[in-house]
Amino acid sequence: MDSLYQQITRAQADYARCIDDDRLEEWPDHFHGSCIYKITTAANQREGLEGAIIFANSKGMLKDRVSALREANIYERQSYRHILGQPSILQESATEVRSETSFLVARIVQDGDTDIFATGRYLDLYKIEDGKVRLDERIVVCDSSRIDTLLALPL
Amino acid sequence: MLHETHKATRTETLTRVPYWVFQTAETYRQEQERIFQGPSWHYLALEVELPEPGDFRVTKIGETSVVVTRDDDGEIYAFENRCAHRGALICLDNCGKGKKDFSCVYHAWTYDRQGNLRGIAFKDGIKGKGGMPESFRMEDHGPRKLRIAILHGLIFGSFSEEVPPIEEYLGDEICARIERVLGGRKPVVLGRVTQALPNNWKLYMENVKDSYHASILHLFFTTFELNRLSLKGGIIVDESGGHHVSYSAIDTSVQKDAEYSKQQLRSESEYKLADPSLLQGFEEYHDGVTLQILSVFPTFVLQQIQNAVAVRQIVPRAIDKTDLNWTYLGFADDTPEQRLVRMKQNNLVGPAGYISMEDGCVGGFVQRGIAGASEEEAILEMGGSQAQSSESRVTEASVRGFWKAYRSNMGM
Repeated sequence: MDSLYQQITRAQADYARCIDDDRLEEWPDHFHGSCIYKITTAANQREGLEGAIIFANSKGMLKDRVSALREANIYERQSYRHILGQPSILQESATEVRSETSFLVARIVQDGDTDIFATGRYLDLYKIEDGKVRLDERIVVCDSSRIDTLLALPL
Repeated sequence: MLHETHKATRTETLTRVPYWVFQTAETYRQEQERIFQGPSWHYLALEVELPEPGDFRVTKIGETSVVVTRDDDGEIYAFENRCAHRGALICLDNCGKGKKDFSCVYHAWTYDRQGNLRGIAFKDGIKGKGGMPESFRMEDHGPRKLRIAILHGLIFGSFSEEVPPIEEYLGDEICARIERVLGGRKPVVLGRVTQALPNNWKLYMENVKDSYHASILHLFFTTFELNRLSLKGGIIVDESGGHHVSYSAIDTSVQKDAEYSKQQLRSESEYKLADPSLLQGFEEYHDGVTLQILSVFPTFVLQQIQNAVAVRQIVPRAIDKTDLNWTYLGFADDTPEQRLVRMKQNNLVGPAGYISMEDGCVGGFVQRGIAGASEEEAILEMGGSQAQSSESRVTEASVRGFWKAYRSNMGM
């Protein structure tokens, strides 16, 4: 049986791999039904501004993000490579874990350029159910306030 | 970057745009002088972002850094962020509160909140030696000050003494449409983000003014009938051509019409939301208008898409680099439920916006597409050759309007 720390690490690695492998349809399953997923900037976070670049408060909204990317939105083919830091466990109880994990995401566009697209941290709330951890809330705080061209794929 | 000089020929038509205007260093340089420092009003900040004396924000007009402040008299001031001494930035922070004065870090020349030079380190030298000459008068030196105009909480600034008052600059119709969204209300900043666009600034402004593309490029928009060209709506172009409004209202009496199906556009798909609460807004303006995109020449946009309200400021950084600064707004009297609606609907706009996402990259597609074609021209004939208001949005009239104002400012 994995320790709680191992479970969090495993969940985070699976999450990143799901996006990087272009299995976006599986991405919402990393969250509970009622969940918060938000991408914001460190400046907004510091000022206490609630506005976000992406905001979802249901798994349905995450699914809609994926179907919009697949069927509606036009953007050049691209992929991410997530490099994750070790999670810091900020709080834990029998049912919940709060953690913070740094990330670096490289974006590879179709002409072959690889650039550092975003760095930041995940502020996570995991719920433990039946011995399994799953995201209840993920606030993605990007260090920079400037997003290059567009943010299509989730971070 | 192209270094050669292109001779702009005076043309009778607004229906052609030579591609070199998006490419040459000479054009870019002239724009800084004739447009950004010329007789135009430029959006600087919101009044609510500077509520108290001593509050300040740093912004840009073209490439010029500008400090915006509120002083003890309650008035807004703005001055160039350039020390009168040797040209260093006076203010390094992007924003702050409780600022009594601004002191250049290089040699501590100090300015008050209105941009007046008030102090020079070692002005009288030390022990009678060194120092500035007696003839040097501080009041004769300082960063350039801007004229300020405030309209419904929007702060505009200009380097020009010639620019007409803001109401005259915009005209009644544009003013009324700004008032419709912001008049008598106290906005609240919900968040900010900058989108770095890989293209010339004018390509973004063309896109904003282009009511023709909206339902073709943006599938998300059309499928959910937020915006179809066949709905009620229209465009307003002011006398100068430079300012515009594109608006639409859901006409519930009209069912899916045949025109769209005939075009076989990509936008006719069967696409359903798993969580349709995204589009469940509230009646805010009581006029049925679900979309109003308004632009002020040269670089300001006020957006209302359902309950998603934002201001956008366009800042050129290089010939083919532009910053698009988004400020998402709510209002002080929003209920928590209304605030949540705005949070959800902001998914429509910004760098990850269901409908703005494409606008971030399409300018880059043009910039790359025209790379080897500086002598070729864009065609702007949809809806005729004029730059005037129209009940149809199948028109490029407001794009032509932009070029009308641009040519007039640039002397082209």
